[in-house]
Amino acid sequence: MSPKLTIAVASGKGGTGKTTVSASLSCAAADAGYKVAYLDCDVEEPNGHLFLKPEIDCRHLVGIPVPVVDQKKCVACGACGQICQYSAIVCINKNILTFDKMCHGCGGCALVCPAGAITEKSRSIGSIEGGSAGRISFYHGNLFVGEAFSPPLIRAVRSTGCNGLNIVDAPPGTSCPVISAIKGADYVLLVTEPTPFGINDLDIAAGMVKELGIPHAVVVNRHDPDNTLARDFCRDRGIKILAEIPDDRRIAEAYSRGALPYSAVPGYRELFKELLISAVKEAKW
Amino acid sequence: MVKEITVISGKGGTGKTSLAASLVSLAENTAVADCDVDAADLHLVLNPRVEQVNDFSGGKSSAIIPDKCTGCGKCHELCRFGAVVKNTDQKTVFTIDPIACEGCGVCSYFCPEKAIEFKQAVNGQWFISSTRYGPMVHAKLGIAQENSGKLVSLVRSQVKIIAEEKGLPYIIVDGPPGIGCPVIASVTGTDCVLIVTEPTLSGQHDLERVVELINFFKIPAYLCINKFDINPEMSDIIEKKAMAAGVKVVGRVHYDRNVTGAQVKKLPVVEMPNTPAAADVRTMWSNLLQEITAATKVS
Ligand code: SF4
Ligand code: SF4
Ligand code: SF4
Ligand code: SF4
Repeated sequence: MSPKLTIAVASGKGGTGKTTVSASLSCAAADAGYKVAYLDCDVEEPNGHLFLKPEIDCRHLVGIPVPVVDQKKCVACGACGQICQYSAIVCINKNILTFDKMCHGCGGCALVCPAGAITEKSRSIGSIEGGSAGRISFYHGNLFVGEAFSPPLIRAVRSTGCNGLNIVDAPPGTSCPVISAIKGADYVLLVTEPTPFGINDLDIAAGMVKELGIPHAVVVNRHDPDNTLARDFCRDRGIKILAEIPDDRRIAEAYSRGALPYSAVPGYRELFKELLISAVKEAKW
Repeated sequence: MVKEITVISGKGGTGKTSLAASLVSLAENTAVADCDVDAADLHLVLNPRVEQVNDFSGGKSSAIIPDKCTGCGKCHELCRFGAVVKNTDQKTVFTIDPIACEGCGVCSYFCPEKAIEFKQAVNGQWFISSTRYGPMVHAKLGIAQENSGKLVSLVRSQVKIIAEEKGLPYIIVDGPPGIGCPVIASVTGTDCVLIVTEPTLSGQHDLERVVELINFFKIPAYLCINKFDINPEMSDIIEKKAMAAGVKVVGRVHYDRNVTGAQVKKLPVVEMPNTPAAADVRTMWSNLLQEITAATKVS
């Protein structure tokens, strides 16, 4: 058995309860005696700390390498501007202009420069904070406001964690940020709500994890026994439902003040305990 | 002059799309754009009839031509995105993972054998459609594709052309959640932003970040507190904080199960007669219009 298991909690649509599920699972895992880390990769809007209330004890900046041009060495050949696919460096009238915010840090310009005029410096795009919430190791990334590219920061958050169970709170959606968060995970839980919007977005998210080849299952949030949208969808697609969290006003109220159903609403401890057991079993850990 | 109203939320799941659909219905004669290209839902309510389908290319991507590759490893060494994967089977030593490839072109440029093709990739599709309210531009990003910011910019520029051609007064844009690249692409240069939030601790936290972003780009912004009665005290706190940041509250909408009911019926909630949410959204729309008209007069 590998000592490390990474379960990512994702959803196509935002606001379906990803943070509720991932933070509650982390608490359940800690209570069950696992070594566990919670990694908040929703770096555009990190919320896990509002519920887990960690004590932060370290912080560092995450940057990407951007070019610095030594105009004295530059021979104005224009090669840097030609290789750059993102218009982040251009040569106009023998002057080199760089646009750091557009740079993806590929390193191409420094490599092609025949005059050795380009070096690189790190430009911060966000920060990572780490600490602990009871027995849970806690990490989250914080994208600086005005920054467009979150994947390098998300990858940096993913590289933290522990040599045990790692629970990743992924950003919503299905494009580059989510992929950076769930790539390499052993198992993905897709949280959905049984509404037309929820199912439409689940459909896209399920396609994404399938494309990535990661085993996955669904958690239905705000479940209402009369509504079979999610059950029908999962049956048709052959995706397992590991838990159904009822549409309970007490959960919404607890959530509004930053409390988790796991600890704040009677009766939910069991539900998350069982979800943890089945997720770990499904992930074949 | 056409006015572009962009609906965003910071936090997902606050009811942004339902609200945007209602604004479209209330505006009566308007152009519509769905810029939540990652998880587009607006079409589920507006039922657009697609009239034109176009491919979207957000950039290039690389692929190794196995017959030319000598397995020297240069590409693997230079790629900073871990997209050149070393294979364990003997046939081809290296392949490029299209999902991880950022399309920077470095591998292709430096391959000594010219064994790497670097060409335009199709990352999705965009559509020009008609709805019972007016023209709509929307898109579908391919699964696991990037460059949603570019696709957002494309959708916005297309809808603008159509709205101007037809002399429509408004463009209503359903924007993406978050504060990253697709959001920045959705709000830069828009006439005003309507932020939809909910009275929760997470809602408040995400609102602060999205307001910071809006102020960073100096865009006039208004706030709607959805489901305000879930936590009225929190709604008051949010309203105060928003005012302090220069964002005026134009509406408070009751928590109302008819919002989901409308979704199931594929209708904007304002078209559900005698529902509390519909009445609240109507009031909000007229407040918003007043604010926009006043702001136009001043400038
Ligand atoms: S590092 Fe890459 S993206 Fe950045 S400026 Fe150079 S070529 Fe462009
Ligand atoms: S590649 Fe080097 S020498 Fe050529 S224009 Fe760019 S910085 Fe100047
Ligand atoms: S650099 Fe070119 S020849 Fe060398 S391994 Fe890569 S594709 Fe093959
Ligand atoms: S194009 Fe850039 S990101 Fe893609 S494989 Fe080549 S070096 Fe890597």
